[in-house]
Amino acid sequence: MSKLFDLHDVAKRFTRGKETITIFEGLSLAIEEGDFVAIMGPSGSGKTTLLNLLGGVDQPSSGEIRFAGERIDSLSETGLAAWRAANVGFIFQFYNLMPMLSAERNVELPLLLTSLSRARRRQSVEAALKLVGLEDRARHLPKELSGGQQQRVAIARAVVSDPKLLLCDEPTGDLDRSTADEILKMLSLLNAEFGKTIVMVTHDPEAAKYAKRVLHLDKGRFVGEGGAA
Amino acid sequence: MNELFLVWSNLVRRRLRFALTLFAIFIAFLIFGVLGSLRAGLQSGINLTADNRLVTVNKINFTQPLPISYLNRIRAVEGVQVASHAAWFGGYVRDPRNVVVSFAIEPESYLQVYADDIVLEPAQQEAFLRNRQGLIAGEALATAQGWKIGDRIPVQSNIFTRNNGTTTWEMVVEGIFRGPEETSDTRRMYFHYDYMNESRTFGKDFTGLVVFNTADADQNERISREIDALFVNSSQETQTDTAKAFNKAFLAQFGNITLIITSVVSAAFFTILLIVGNTMMLAIRERTTEIAVLKTLGFRSARVFRMVLAESMFLSVIGGLLGTVVAYLFVTGMRKALAGVLPDLSLPPSVMLQALAIMVALGLVTGLVPAFAAMRLNIVTALGRN
Repeated sequence: MSKLFDLHDVAKRFTRGKETITIFEGLSLAIEEGDFVAIMGPSGSGKTTLLNLLGGVDQPSSGEIRFAGERIDSLSETGLAAWRAANVGFIFQFYNLMPMLSAERNVELPLLLTSLSRARRRQSVEAALKLVGLEDRARHLPKELSGGQQQRVAIARAVVSDPKLLLCDEPTGDLDRSTADEILKMLSLLNAEFGKTIVMVTHDPEAAKYAKRVLHLDKGRFVGEGGAA
Repeated sequence: MNELFLVWSNLVRRRLRFALTLFAIFIAFLIFGVLGSLRAGLQSGINLTADNRLVTVNKINFTQPLPISYLNRIRAVEGVQVASHAAWFGGYVRDPRNVVVSFAIEPESYLQVYADDIVLEPAQQEAFLRNRQGLIAGEALATAQGWKIGDRIPVQSNIFTRNNGTTTWEMVVEGIFRGPEETSDTRRMYFHYDYMNESRTFGKDFTGLVVFNTADADQNERISREIDALFVNSSQETQTDTAKAFNKAFLAQFGNITLIITSVVSAAFFTILLIVGNTMMLAIRERTTEIAVLKTLGFRSARVFRMVLAESMFLSVIGGLLGTVVAYLFVTGMRKALAGVLPDLSLPPSVMLQALAIMVALGLVTGLVPAFAAMRLNIVTALGRN
């Protein structure tokens, strides 16, 4: 397997007033293509910050982040936006669907950034909704769907443009156990069957069991690593 | 789905707020359209006045009289083509509340000066000139008062009294005139100055104003100067101006209408600016997370800026167009009813263009701040808040 992500000596610092807060210092990490990585750790350990750096929504203070060999840490804001649109699917804890758009239109959103025709977009949306088992809920608004269904719509939105990477921030944090398991099985399927590289931040050890690799982060440092349970 | 649909969906997601904001914009543009038409209507009345028509009045104020002897001296000035005079009579019929706009004139010359404005059958004109007690009434006035040719009308004055102790001058309707346009104001009447002058107890041989046409409008300034110079240091100094300027000054006695209209419209738009601006800011604040998600998905900042700006532009243009269209319908509907007062009442293209420019400006001004806020929104901060 080839290296999808390569983080080398990454630091992230924030300035709050006169105080500088260091989240990471000298953090290095490699993620192979097709991997399913869970990042665990206590609150404030830097999990979400790491996920933001991987997703190109934040920039490191120093160090290098390479994606498929290309440096993304030096891209402009516009360049990063284009990179995200082409390579990353995001899944959030609270789904973050557009409340005024139906399920199918929510899924179609990332495709507005492509040059696909309306017919091709419709095909892709149908395929994505079918993949998550919600083809019969296509016209429903988010408020008409359960939490699990909304997260499935969010997954369909994340995969509709066929990105290599899925970044999941506590994807089951707002769901009950059985629904959470359904979502995690779906992520596993996307990883195993469709070759999606998945990086998932979670507090939930049960969720982490679905990952191939579990990284433990504490105070900005990796303190342990394990495989799937 | 396309970007336009996304913008529209965001705009109408809170229907009540959308409707109320739209209504506020609609009202502002309705006011703008109606008042703009009113202003243009007043202005066009002035503009319709012939360029070569001048009016001489008392320098103190046009309500102060001028000696009738001035008329001949004005006629003698080089470049004065035809001159006449008119005196305000303050007329009413039967009831002082039934006011009739009435002027005592020198008939022959006055009808020459206003040959284009007072359209009268030759036979009726002839009859009017012949009969010292004759009057000619505008079609609108005659209709309103129920006058027919041959009717004897006891016209009373709220200014003058007669030698016989009454305030009534018996007159005969000898003609009913029309204006040059169907919508021209014809709610007035004219009668013989001599008939009034010979029997009034005061103000004898004085008139209200002298009106005349010049041979060449380019000579207006010189002629005005020469006429006013004739009467310098007399007990009744004069002020000569174009009829346009006189009409403008006449309107100005009711106040600066343009200023009043501009003030009302400005106040309306300033209020709308605050309402729409506030609504847009509120709408964007509510959608902080959604905007951050759009950016996370790969929507560029410039695109987000464009989408938010498009929202406020939509709001402004839809409300503005609705207001302007209703203003047009309203003004068109009122045109007939107000034909006597504002014969040229209409929503002129210049007002429509101004409205369009204001729509764009309103959309830009109210949209720029929230659009910038959305464009500069930091994804990490916004999602962190969530």
